[in-house]
Amino acid sequence: MLNTIKREWFSNIRGDLLAGTVVALALIPEAIAFSIIAGVDPKVGLYASFCIAVIIAFVGGRPGMISAATGAMSLLMVTLVKEHGLEYLLAASLLCGVIQIGAGYLKLGDLMRFVSRSVVTGFVNALAILIFMAQLPELTNVTWHVYAMTAAGLGIIYLFPYVPKVGSWLPSPLVCILTITAVAMIWGIDVRTVADMGELPDTLPIFLWPDVPLTLETLWIILPYSLALAAVGLLESMMTSTIVDELTDTDSNKNRECKGQGVANIGSSLLGGMAGCAMIGQSIINVKSGGRGRLSTFVAGFFLLIMVVFLDEWIGQIPMAALVAVMIMVSIGTFSWESITNLKKHPLSTNIVMLATVSVVVATHNLALGVLVGVLLASLFFANKIGRFMVVKSEENEPGERTYKVVGQVFFASSDAFNKSFDFREAVNKVTIDLTHAHFWDITSVSALDKVVIKFRREGAEVELIGLNEASATIVDRFGVHDKPEEVEKMMAGH
Amino acid sequence: MTQITACIDGSPGAIAVCDAAAWVSAQLQTPLTLLHVLEKAGQNGTDLSGSIGLGSREHLLQQLTELDAERARLAMEHSRIMLDAARERAQNNGAVEPKISQRHGRLSEEVLPLAEDSRVLVMGRQGMDHPDPAVATLGSQLETVLRSVACPVLITTGVSFRKPTRFMLAYDGSEAVERVIETYADSSLLNGVECHLVMVNHTGAEQVAKFEAAQARLEKSGFTVVPRQCEGDVLSILNDYQFRHQIDLIVMGAYGHSRIRQFFVGSHTRNMVSHSKVPLLLLR
Repeated sequence: MLNTIKREWFSNIRGDLLAGTVVALALIPEAIAFSIIAGVDPKVGLYASFCIAVIIAFVGGRPGMISAATGAMSLLMVTLVKEHGLEYLLAASLLCGVIQIGAGYLKLGDLMRFVSRSVVTGFVNALAILIFMAQLPELTNVTWHVYAMTAAGLGIIYLFPYVPKVGSWLPSPLVCILTITAVAMIWGIDVRTVADMGELPDTLPIFLWPDVPLTLETLWIILPYSLALAAVGLLESMMTSTIVDELTDTDSNKNRECKGQGVANIGSSLLGGMAGCAMIGQSIINVKSGGRGRLSTFVAGFFLLIMVVFLDEWIGQIPMAALVAVMIMVSIGTFSWESITNLKKHPLSTNIVMLATVSVVVATHNLALGVLVGVLLASLFFANKIGRFMVVKSEENEPGERTYKVVGQVFFASSDAFNKSFDFREAVNKVTIDLTHAHFWDITSVSALDKVVIKFRREGAEVELIGLNEASATIVDRFGVHDKPEEVEKMMAGH
Repeated sequence: MTQITACIDGSPGAIAVCDAAAWVSAQLQTPLTLLHVLEKAGQNGTDLSGSIGLGSREHLLQQLTELDAERARLAMEHSRIMLDAARERAQNNGAVEPKISQRHGRLSEEVLPLAEDSRVLVMGRQGMDHPDPAVATLGSQLETVLRSVACPVLITTGVSFRKPTRFMLAYDGSEAVERVIETYADSSLLNGVECHLVMVNHTGAEQVAKFEAAQARLEKSGFTVVPRQCEGDVLSILNDYQFRHQIDLIVMGAYGHSRIRQFFVGSHTRNMVSHSKVPLLLLR
């Protein structure tokens, strides 16, 4: 226990402190930008990022992963904020946390195995596109100054790391923000700044119960939002933790992470912040900067608050163009560019799943819907593939007697093909159906077999079934025995 | 129960572990397995530029994998050389069929499957994190291992080990110590080692009777027993006795109490292990 704490918190102090600081600096513009997407004051996103990062550092299941206010979540809140206001958003965030804790106890984190690689890629790409699209309002109907500043900002972000020595020690997004802000202030260029977007935090967050009537009506308003927030938050968190697992070559506790996300969101909503989740981009930045332990997440949240509270005057001066540049970097960094070159290599069904996920998300702005469509499509494609694992061989033993040998998987997707492979027109006295090498997976397949038997009987043939009991052993829901390989082998070999 | 497992690493104390394991293996005529667990070093390179661009994730993964791969390859080579040297040394010291084994991960987790199948587990008091083995501290993973394995554990201290000629058994009449006596009376592990049976602060007639019974039990099994009763502070008396009578092995039961009690009262086992100048043989 003490050993675990020591390992997860203090095994990499220097790296975690540095990386946490870099992440805190990168979190500030993002938290502000995501608040603006959601349509609330920047302080809501900043408080949320602080609370979520600090709480998840203690209760999360994936050390070294960064959670805060995120784009995926803000995009879901837009209409709620527009129609009902901030207090309903806080209430929805609270309920979202409760749902996520429930999901953790129900071990829904294990469901991630049904989300295939192509759905994850689709999710990530869709997220990147949404973040980019959310920047467009800042870039339409504005003076040329804004374009120039955004372009210069992007230039700084991508070129500064190439400057020898300083380049790898100063976070380039920070340099971008400092430079652009300085330029705007010195020449007094009149562009929109963060201060124009709403209130910034000037105190530490205080405890607040969301000011909504505790009625059923309120519940019906916030429930759909809370469900969508909970689902998207968990999905992004699970995906991010898989990515961090992969990068750091260590394991994480997915169900603990679900509960942790819930606790963090409850904490955030009670301190006046919106719901958030794990951040793919920031977690990558954290790992890249050498962060590995829980300390890095804690430091990120803690420094974020310190800097914001004491520097609020200065943060207000940041031109929106600088933030837009940072967010464009985030969307470029989040997008899986590999997936575009992979389009040629991967099979069509995989590409369809990925593209469908992306298009549904971009059309509905709801990542949960996109994932649902992606998972459904992927399952259908899979069922279709497995359905082809079925052949019926027929041979005539002697005149008037025929044996059909069924080999492979019979279930809803293949039962039609199963029916069609019997020749009912042939006049035979005796039909033997050998099921020794077949597996019946569901009720559809059994009724298909029933139909075949009845049809043959009607034509006046005597029907004998071989190996039905063993073939239908797979109908029961919990048939597989992972920990008893010999049982599985027995079932899968021709009985 | 078919082998002796010894935990070797690159620390100066590893030689003592190797020699102790060879002695145990020879005494019990049981094959010896020398285990080295390759623990992953902390973090890899830092880039504080904080920017992510085209394909950052794939890039970073590739970079980290390459660094890890190179490091792991070197570590494995190094570990192999170390284990081969240890095997040769054990062989020369009379160990039975010394084998070597390498695992990735943490010692406290990787040793468990081996320990299940072991008659005795041998490990040093501290590992690589404590450069000076003479300083009395417990390694960070020792206690976790002691609490999770069921087989007896021989803990070496310092950088060298010599074959014990006198061992001390602190008798307190508890069930744990009776079990220790039962276990070693019939084992060949302590064959030919003189037994110093010491009882501290137990003067009741019943205790003395039990003490004498224990002595008789050991003598019946062929041990030369030197009985001794004294009073005072347990830890200092035992340490003093060890020094004056040139005891070179301490045998004891371990962790008779729960972790909670240990948190409030402290643990005899912990104190003994961290202050002892000679190897200790612990039985859970």
